[in-house]
Amino acid sequence: MSNLRFSKDHEWIRLDGATGTVGITDYAQNALGDVVFVEPPEAGRELNRGDEAGVIESVKAASEVYAPVGGTVIAGNEALAENPALVNADPLGEGWIFTITLSDPGELDGLMDEAAYQSYVEGLA
Amino acid sequence: MRYLPLDAQDRRAMLEAIGVASVDELFCDVPREAILDGPVDLPGHQGEQEVLRHLRDLAGRNLPTSAAPSFLGAGAYRHFIPASVEYLLSRGEFLTAYTPYQPEISQGTLQALFEFQTQTAMLTGMEVANASLYDGSTAAAEAVLMARRITRRKKIVLSGRLHPHYAQTIATMTRYTGENILAAPASIEGAEDLAGMIDDETACVVVQNPDFFGAVGDLSALAAAAHDQGALLIVVVTEALSLGAIRPPGDMGADIVAGEGQSFGNPLSYGGPYLGLFATRQRYVRQMPGRLVGQTVDADGRRGYVLTLSTREQHIRREKATSNICTNSGLCALAFCIHLTLLGEAGLRRLATLNHEAAITLAAAIDRLAGAEVVTKAFFNEFAVRLSRPAGAVVEALAARGVLAGVPAARLLPGAGQMETILLVAANETQTSEDRAALLAGLEEVLS
Amino acid sequence: MTGREFDTFSGDHGLDHEEALSFETGAPDRCGVDLPRPEGLPARLGGLERTAPIGLAGLSEPQTVRHFTRLSRQNYAIDLGLYPLGSCTMKHNPRLNEKVAALEGFADLHPLQPASTVQGALALIDSLAHWLKVLTGMPAVAMAPKAGAHGELCGMMAIRAAHEAAGDARQRVLVPESAHGTNPATAALCGYGVEAVPAGARGRVDLAAFGDKLGPDVAAVMVTNPNTCGLFEPDVAELARLAHDAGAYFYCDGANFNAIVGRVRPGDLGIDAMHINLHKTFSTPHGGGGPGAGPVVLSQALADFAPPPFIVHDQAGLRLDESARGGFGRMAAFHGQMGMFVRALAYMMSHGADGLRQAAEDAVLAANYVLAELKDDMTASFPGPCMHEALFDDRFLKDSGVSTLDFAKAMIDEGYHPMTIYFPLVVHGAMLIEPTESESKAELDAFIAALRSLARAAKAGARARFTEAPQYAPRRRLDETVAARRPVLRWEKER
Repeated sequence: MSNLRFSKDHEWIRLDGATGTVGITDYAQNALGDVVFVEPPEAGRELNRGDEAGVIESVKAASEVYAPVGGTVIAGNEALAENPALVNADPLGEGWIFTITLSDPGELDGLMDEAAYQSYVEGLA
Repeated sequence: MRYLPLDAQDRRAMLEAIGVASVDELFCDVPREAILDGPVDLPGHQGEQEVLRHLRDLAGRNLPTSAAPSFLGAGAYRHFIPASVEYLLSRGEFLTAYTPYQPEISQGTLQALFEFQTQTAMLTGMEVANASLYDGSTAAAEAVLMARRITRRKKIVLSGRLHPHYAQTIATMTRYTGENILAAPASIEGAEDLAGMIDDETACVVVQNPDFFGAVGDLSALAAAAHDQGALLIVVVTEALSLGAIRPPGDMGADIVAGEGQSFGNPLSYGGPYLGLFATRQRYVRQMPGRLVGQTVDADGRRGYVLTLSTREQHIRREKATSNICTNSGLCALAFCIHLTLLGEAGLRRLATLNHEAAITLAAAIDRLAGAEVVTKAFFNEFAVRLSRPAGAVVEALAARGVLAGVPAARLLPGAGQMETILLVAANETQTSEDRAALLAGLEEVLS
Repeated sequence: MTGREFDTFSGDHGLDHEEALSFETGAPDRCGVDLPRPEGLPARLGGLERTAPIGLAGLSEPQTVRHFTRLSRQNYAIDLGLYPLGSCTMKHNPRLNEKVAALEGFADLHPLQPASTVQGALALIDSLAHWLKVLTGMPAVAMAPKAGAHGELCGMMAIRAAHEAAGDARQRVLVPESAHGTNPATAALCGYGVEAVPAGARGRVDLAAFGDKLGPDVAAVMVTNPNTCGLFEPDVAELARLAHDAGAYFYCDGANFNAIVGRVRPGDLGIDAMHINLHKTFSTPHGGGGPGAGPVVLSQALADFAPPPFIVHDQAGLRLDESARGGFGRMAAFHGQMGMFVRALAYMMSHGADGLRQAAEDAVLAANYVLAELKDDMTASFPGPCMHEALFDDRFLKDSGVSTLDFAKAMIDEGYHPMTIYFPLVVHGAMLIEPTESESKAELDAFIAALRSLARAAKAGARARFTEAPQYAPRRRLDETVAARRPVLRWEKER
């Protein structure tokens, strides 16, 4: 999946032209435990890379979701309001958190590809 | 010493097990010069009798509301507390339990708080309530901070008829978080134009009903005006019993209700401990401060209760917490719950009616006195009286006669024009006709 | 095992009774209070009568007493057994305290009565303030805060007000990593940015890192001493000196004061402000989560910025000055938690200076005894001695399949409330045990024996005993995920 990139904060972004879909990785959902609530960013919000985009709550922890790249938010995943467990069940698929129009595709160079992210995660254990 | 079970033999055995010669060695990390050589300069230990004698003596130097005709309100209200409330609170399983962090062995506390949350939501006409805050004033401040979080705006509009201590507490809690407070001046007569103070940068407007002067009003128009601008309406209630007689804030369009629950189950106790009531709409539930009890099931499928949505709280979010609160007012909330359970809805309505009628009777009698004019037109159990003399002096004169006449408005609003002659008078179901006669006779004498 | 293979018809078991919600057994028109009939006067409510049904349920007095008595029996409490919650100081709550707090001369006082009618109450508050100042070696105390966290806020606001009055507004507050989450939350409420200071190998503030982080924009440092690992910070005086040299104030979280009360005065260590939890160190009851009280002792410099009210002595006697007096403002309505003041003073007078000192010694002795007896079977996070609480971590459970949480739940089956778990965050799977001075040696020995047995059982491979625990409590483990995903926060009538 060459259109998939990862951040050190365990976000992933999947690209489709200048549009990206963002979520958290399997490592992150496992660390959080059962997700009980997700607050994605609102449509239209301008984000810089590294900004706090939203919040994910589990029973015992709450974690910020950071923007892996800058841009304008298109939409949050409304399915998560009814079913936050999607983040645990399918973190890279149905559990996506928001979509964004990238302002600077060059920022993708600062993110890891899948292989690099796997080694990074192994190094954390 | 009766509270310290270890004796010299125990201590020796424990020191030996630890492997030190004296307890001083256990304080080895404390800088030598900081350890006191002997007890500090305070009296030595005393038995129960001596302590009781001393504290009875201090208690005896006060004139409590149970020993004198009393007509004080202004945010704390004397009501009769049934004997079983005090008895049930004294059960050690309630009194000496901690916060219900281990729900399997805290279902007593948790279920009682779930009932309390339900009662609070019903009383205020709102959808959801928390398990209590410290008191009404800090609840009002927390409501303002919550409105700020929800709207992301910084302007706060305060009614000038809010309890002054509540207004001051709100000012303190927002002093360093960047809010901008617009406070209407304190006034008794005429309508307040709060709607005119709201704009599209307003986070919330805070109003009290019944207000500080006892006046009851319809807040629906103000709610609409606030909502038109995307602002929230926060309604403060200092006399929880009023909710048994007047339309609740939830019906009038309130977004958050912050109140004082002392009137049910909790003695006046010179100002504390009390309990803050906090209720809001379901859609704002994750922005609520304080503890929340939620229903769930256990591993055997039986219904049970747990603290929930705790990731908002300080022990997890740390600097991003909804507030820094650790405690709710557990035992006070339990007292409230027990008292309301004893009353039920019919009992609550009757008690509220009795209070209102006591106020009507009292107001009519005071109004007939020369030198006294009841200013509040529509009220629940408290009203403002304009006297022909400064109210502070009148209250002192009556106190010397053994009557606690009410609260001079100027005590809480010093320097606010025309408040010098305003006396706040509260009626309640504990007052007798003799009490009223004593007040009227005293006022008549002092005002002539 | 016991041969009890049947289930009862009622669903109750002996003295263990299930209890429904009052809303399910009660009714709006049922009442446990006798009230006279109203006269039927025309109302003066401005047409705002509440007519629609409210939904509140009532019960008769016998049913109410039974309802809440049954609920009470589903609670653990200090009155039932050792309550080893670290940093909570679950000592015995003396009943004398309850008796004096209920005296009508205290309980029935309205906060706004004229001063001439409450001289005894004012004298009591003044007396308690005196005891707090002498015990801490500090010149001033703010009595208004309603709880520890509220007291913390008071202290930090006084600090910010002091800086602003000096024309030296600063932006940052330093907080050790091991601190309770209240500390950074409080700092944020004061508009400060928070920076964490790492702990060193022995769980104490890393002095070098601390010194590095100090600078002209640090307003204050917030240090808990003894710290959240149950250890006294031996460098505390040096921390205070460094902070002062950098122009910062030293705030001390006094949650663990029970370890040193009567033996050490925080004022001698260089602190500028410290809140005291009357419900911890001074035995006022926890009541299922509150109310607390959090008076804050203050240095002379910060005293000028304290919140109202102030007790004033003049020729007429005692009175309250409710003006703001140049401080940061009022913290709450009225004058503080009087009901807790009465209880705390009764406790202090009962113990006296000698008893308080002995209590601190016994608290430290008990914690060290627990540490010494359990360190071979459980993993002590730091070599002793500790102060009034002992910190363990989950290394002894490695490869057992039993987590700290499971271990805690198994303690419930043994008849104990678990210790504080997963706090402080500086060790993995923390278990913080604070026995207090109220336990007899026999009770300590029984507690130690139970934990020792559990630790050995876990290491020997007895997993189900832990992962299925608790089995003997009124409820098994409760589903907190469902509670948070679909919050049901009140009873609703079924439609």
